[in-house]
Amino acid sequence: MAKTLFDKVWDAHVVTEIPGGNQVLYIDRHLIHEVTSPQAFNGLRRRGLPLLRKDRIVATADHNVPTIDQHLPIREPLGAKQVQMLTDNCKEFDVDLYGLGHPYQGIVHVIGPELGITRPGVTMVCGDSHTSTHGAFGAVAFGIGTSQVEQVMATQCLLLTKPKKMRINVEGDLARGVTAKDLILYVISQLGTGGGTGYFVEYAGSAVRALSMEGRMTVCNMSIEMGARGGLIAPDQTTFDYLAGREFSPRGQDWEAAVAYWKTLTTDADAHFDVEHTYRAEDITPMVTYGTNPGMGMGVKESIPVSSDIHGDASIQKAMKYMDLEAGKPLEQMPIDYVFIGSCTNSRIEDLRAVVGLIGDRKVADSVTAIVVPGSQQVSKQAIAEGLDKKLIAAGFQFREAGCSACLGMNEDKVPAGKYCVSTSNRNFEGRQGPGARTILASPLTAAAAAITGRVTDVRELLIEHV
Amino acid sequence: MTPFKKLTSSAVPLPIEDVDTDQIIPARFLKAVTRDGFGENLFRDWRFDKDNQPKEDFVLNNPTYTGQILVAGANFGCGSSREHAAWAIGDFGFRVVVSSYFADIFSGNALNNGILPLVVSPTLLDEVFRTIEADPAAKFTVDLEAQTFKNETTGTVSTFNIDSYKKTCLINGYDDIDYLLSQSDLIEKFERERKDFSLT
Repeated sequence: MAKTLFDKVWDAHVVTEIPGGNQVLYIDRHLIHEVTSPQAFNGLRRRGLPLLRKDRIVATADHNVPTIDQHLPIREPLGAKQVQMLTDNCKEFDVDLYGLGHPYQGIVHVIGPELGITRPGVTMVCGDSHTSTHGAFGAVAFGIGTSQVEQVMATQCLLLTKPKKMRINVEGDLARGVTAKDLILYVISQLGTGGGTGYFVEYAGSAVRALSMEGRMTVCNMSIEMGARGGLIAPDQTTFDYLAGREFSPRGQDWEAAVAYWKTLTTDADAHFDVEHTYRAEDITPMVTYGTNPGMGMGVKESIPVSSDIHGDASIQKAMKYMDLEAGKPLEQMPIDYVFIGSCTNSRIEDLRAVVGLIGDRKVADSVTAIVVPGSQQVSKQAIAEGLDKKLIAAGFQFREAGCSACLGMNEDKVPAGKYCVSTSNRNFEGRQGPGARTILASPLTAAAAAITGRVTDVRELLIEHV
Repeated sequence: MTPFKKLTSSAVPLPIEDVDTDQIIPARFLKAVTRDGFGENLFRDWRFDKDNQPKEDFVLNNPTYTGQILVAGANFGCGSSREHAAWAIGDFGFRVVVSSYFADIFSGNALNNGILPLVVSPTLLDEVFRTIEADPAAKFTVDLEAQTFKNETTGTVSTFNIDSYKKTCLINGYDDIDYLLSQSDLIEKFERERKDFSLT
């Protein structure tokens, strides 16, 4: 029977099916961090269970870590305790930990791929909804709750119902200044924040194939923002080139064998999808969000919708109140206060290069606080090697140390109440970047443009000036 | 896990769509290392102002509305996978959340904590909201064994779907981990027989 890429990977991991339709799914890779793992370790201790496969689990500290002075103890006591508990638990259960100070430390969804832990054809989980990021490599990767973290620790398996299948095709070429982030924000604006609920998504089409691995990770990262369980892209030469020579990538004959297998991981021509959507790349422009969920997005030249079939008028009104914006008006040219370039969506080396490339010799506007937070120690090291840090600092950005930072309002990096932040992160929920903070999601290019002008800006106009 | 079989209770209405888990429990309250006490910060920023004073217009601060059933708009629990959202809802005292659909991860997290995510049609959800608006003390009965949801005011009885395995777990208070451990021979066999290169 013809199979989709998702079927091929999922079905190869089904240990058994139980009455009622649930399947026992084997998990190849388990990533953990300090926030969603302590209760799982407690559960193992309470039940007297060992960690079943320590060679399939890797830990890092990312959500609570400060992005300034990481060599000093964490000032915030509860965050410090959580990070310490991760260290203690990893020691007790003999788990590899890339904690603070380790050269591999970073956002869990940045370090997995850059170390070659992520690879095509595997099943991968983490107690974090943006685990969908790893689908960029043709892995079945998805976020889980802490009870499930404990289940994987104890049994290397989960009990799941197989999700339905959706394919999203984007055909054509993205215009200059339009990035992977704009592509996914556009798709989510079309389907809404719940439009993918119950589905696993495959992204396909010439515009997706043309993306770099960094771009593909940005797309798959935000699958959860339309409610999808995960998203994935068939591996190809771009994938193999990215993985070759990474720390944990196979080598020699193992590499050849792996690539031969990975090449079979494509959707068969006549495979069935429960739903399929097709979009034209030329319809996508630089995107910004105006509301309080990632589905509330629009082209930067557009006006905020007065009503919408997708969101419902009450939701838009509620969002306008929180954001202190007016439906029917554009966002372009509106003054902003903060720019955050970072998070598991857009903190990779390519994102930092794009920002530096756009800035040239321009400066951050006086009215704007702009911070750049590399996704990992390795990204940071690479940026420094290329001199990107100096250029960013010269332009007026703060160049920070690796972590989740201002994406989620958990560590010290927060946006103050009532302030507008153009952010390359993934969520514009109420209070996400700090109580009362107002988030406008955008690409790294659009965020950099806003940093320069101090306003919501169509980055294409800065590109023209800067040819 | 606490078993759940049947419940008759009044309900708390939250007629807002796309309630995300950052609203249910903001990230700054995820620093605990146990599962307890999260109810205190349930809907923290909707419930309390910046000076930690209760906001009078929020439903959980209105003594008129009580009960073990939370009724919410479509796509409840979207966003982050934080199980803390389910812990907060349970710790506050809810055993059932009614909506027209739930985000996938939240739904699983709720079931793993003895909380029933009960899916009703959009029409029925509207009716439930209207019933509570007319009479905040209106009672509803959730019978998991019969898979029925009864509006005691109108007498409307509807059936709801739930996975038969998850139903058994909820009724008996079983965790998935117990079942998975019972499959350990099959899991070991699967590991031995795999030929997948990418596993090396």
